[in-house]
Amino acid sequence: MPRHVVARAEELPPGTRKLVNVAGRDIVIFNIKGELFALSDKCPHKGGSLARGKLTGLVVSAEPGTYQYSRAGEMLRCPWHGWEFDVRTGRSWCDPNRLRLMNYKVSVEPGAALVAGPHVAETFAVAVEDAYIVVETK
Amino acid sequence: MNLDAPFLVEPKSESSADPERQAKSRLKIIDGDVHPALRTPADLKPYLSQRWWEHFQTWGGRRRSGMSYEPYPKSQPRASRRDAWPQEGGAPGSSLRLMREQYLDAYGIEYGMLGPLGLTGQSEFNLDFAGAIASAVNEWQRETFSKPEPRLKSAIVVPYDDGEAAAREIDKRADDPAYAQVFMLTRSQEPAGRKRYWPIYAAAERHGLPVGLHVFGASGHPYTGAGWPSYYIEESSGHSTSCQTVVTSLVMEGVFERFPKLKVVLIEGGFGWLPALTWRLDKLFERMRSEVPHLRRRPSEYIREHIWVTTQPMEEPKDPRHLLDVMEWIGWDRLLFASDYPHWDFDDPVRAFPAGLPRERLQAILTSNGKAVYRLA
Amino acid sequence: MTQDITGAIDCDMHPRLPTPKALSAHMDEFWRDTVEVRGIDVWDSMAYPANAPFTVRPDWRKARADATPAGLAAATLDRFHFAHGLLNCLFPVQTFRDENLGAAFARATNDWIRHEWLDQDPRLRASLVLPIQSPARSVEEIERLAGDTRFVQVLLLAMGEAPLGKSRYWPIYAAAEKHGLAVGIHAGSSYHQAVTGSGWPSYFIEDYAAQAAGFHTQLGSLICEGVFVKFPKLKVVLIESGVSWLPPYLWRLAKSWRGVRQEVPWLDRSPEEFARDHVRLTLQPFDAPPDAAHIGRIMDQLQSDEMLLFATDFPHWQFDEEAMLPAGLPTELKRKILIDNARATYPRLGSQP
Repeated sequence: MPRHVVARAEELPPGTRKLVNVAGRDIVIFNIKGELFALSDKCPHKGGSLARGKLTGLVVSAEPGTYQYSRAGEMLRCPWHGWEFDVRTGRSWCDPNRLRLMNYKVSVEPGAALVAGPHVAETFAVAVEDAYIVVETK
Repeated sequence: MNLDAPFLVEPKSESSADPERQAKSRLKIIDGDVHPALRTPADLKPYLSQRWWEHFQTWGGRRRSGMSYEPYPKSQPRASRRDAWPQEGGAPGSSLRLMREQYLDAYGIEYGMLGPLGLTGQSEFNLDFAGAIASAVNEWQRETFSKPEPRLKSAIVVPYDDGEAAAREIDKRADDPAYAQVFMLTRSQEPAGRKRYWPIYAAAERHGLPVGLHVFGASGHPYTGAGWPSYYIEESSGHSTSCQTVVTSLVMEGVFERFPKLKVVLIEGGFGWLPALTWRLDKLFERMRSEVPHLRRRPSEYIREHIWVTTQPMEEPKDPRHLLDVMEWIGWDRLLFASDYPHWDFDDPVRAFPAGLPRERLQAILTSNGKAVYRLA
Repeated sequence: MTQDITGAIDCDMHPRLPTPKALSAHMDEFWRDTVEVRGIDVWDSMAYPANAPFTVRPDWRKARADATPAGLAAATLDRFHFAHGLLNCLFPVQTFRDENLGAAFARATNDWIRHEWLDQDPRLRASLVLPIQSPARSVEEIERLAGDTRFVQVLLLAMGEAPLGKSRYWPIYAAAEKHGLAVGIHAGSSYHQAVTGSGWPSYFIEDYAAQAAGFHTQLGSLICEGVFVKFPKLKVVLIESGVSWLPPYLWRLAKSWRGVRQEVPWLDRSPEEFARDHVRLTLQPFDAPPDAAHIGRIMDQLQSDEMLLFATDFPHWQFDEEAMLPAGLPTELKRKILIDNARATYPRLGSQP
């Protein structure tokens, strides 16, 4: 599976997101409390840019009139029609089987073992200790 | 089911023009519903008298819902796309710069019909205040949007619950080519065909302007005779009922007999409801025509000749052929594309249409139908 | 040409409205006295103007077919060999602002139905008229008469004071579900507020047309408030609603749901699925051209063979002669519409009184 360097880890502290283009595909990467998630940017509904979407929690209910809230910040709402996607799996909440985002494996790799990608890692003298964000595509 | 229309190329990014894509599309889009917004109410001050500016400062707007904004909280801030908030500040729709970049240029829009909502004077209890605000909004639209950007056509917003004042406002603005339609809301104090509104239709017909009725409005009544629903999902799914009331009333009151050249556009109610209503009215007319002897034709004939509907929000049945059936039943010349930019239930002209729509039909909906309805040049 | 509809169950028939005096014969002493002392001679709503042709088809009017069980049977049950006719009495108990009067007239109406109609013809069944002004008293009325299995449904109107999905009405659904009663919502209004979202229209034709909007609101309310989550065995029948309005409304509701699901998270599946599982519609009126092509397309849009229930809407003038079924229905579907769907919706039909 091709792996692409897309950013330095320090560019993406917890609570932030970054839109990158990897081999012609727009991909948005989230750092949610230290965990990285990368999702295709284009909403499968009508093409809104998910990089502009809202992160909220998961809302479920077993009893009409009650609301159970969990997993704060792990549900991505498309900025257009509000469709919900689980950032962990890319699955849309309303149609878990039919509609999901392509999600990409993301890891933070140490500097040395990288293949040059669209974001050319500038090497600085101290960069050998820097962590890079690497995205693996399918 | 892939609902992408195969004929238009997708925009690469929302925030920049794509000349290559525009050239490929070769379809000049006329958008029947674009919403400009005030940055702040003070934007209206230059167009209001001192008396009315001070009134507004002290008393505010007082709409027939009892609320200063809408009676149901929206699902997203200002009911807008989250990516439509201008970097320079102000609400979605308030920045001509962003509207151009993100929408007009990005999609190759030839003309966009403005439909102001919010602080417009419409639905106000105080009808004199309503008239003053409507007039100010009409000037604000022209100066802020239409003058610098000829692709955007202003609407003549009227205080429709005061028929005579509304007609005067139409007469005042009608000769100005910045304005392409008269603008009302679907929930008026009485059904739209009632005689108090006839001065509006007389003026519109006289000047050759269509009357656009956009969903919303506060009539002082719940949204249907069944009462106020609890949830925003119910409210936002229920707008078609107000369009049905408008159409039924215009037909049954004989508005199209009295104003045979009048054109009416129902905006932002979608269109799936229209065939069922048309058939229902025809059937009722067969049985009940003695109640309405002033009608000389069947309801479906009046509807076919005088009513247009904008396409947004586009219906999304699982089988796109169902939608094509509905479009065929309405009439391919009666559908007008609308985006509802910058609202959240926005229809992207590239992706909104059902698969299987023939290109010449798409062309009619995107362009030539609008040219037959709006006063554009 | 008579269509062969032997054994059909007619799910919407209307006995001629009783007068308050006729109903008072079924009231206790106080209420009987009240009707007379206060001069409640007439209690009519604006619905179905008595002399309008639509209200009673001319040949049925001439025969006074809606006035007696024998007349109704001659015009329909005998003539077409229906298995059952389901009576929905539209005496406007819902219009009383006084819930005591409403409850008294509801009780009397239901007793009048039993004695003057159900007792006279074993094929007849009926809806229990409820005093919706008071959910508590509506439940009392259900409990009072649920033992009479000739009542297969409770009757509510498409327009009232608040949408029927609201929690204040849930005790009614609990009682209906418990007793296997369907919830029937019939075109009509209590007239406690204007019949459109823009106030009162000039003409009756507009009022009747507007009932479709009432059904919109009620269906959306029942689904979105979670009534079918709370009462998973409940069946709701939309009576005299128009049919062809339903698919586009469900498309809209489903589309909205995908974007605003978090507001009503107890809906664990699409509104369309709730409708297909729980909601039924009577056949007349079917607002569409009666040819096979149109009917076929709309049936395809409905995406369900189980939703439609045969009905004549007797004596309302919905069709001429005997053209009471849409053209071009496949045999299997026709059987479902005429018989099977009603038996599934009204399990109490199978019982003996």
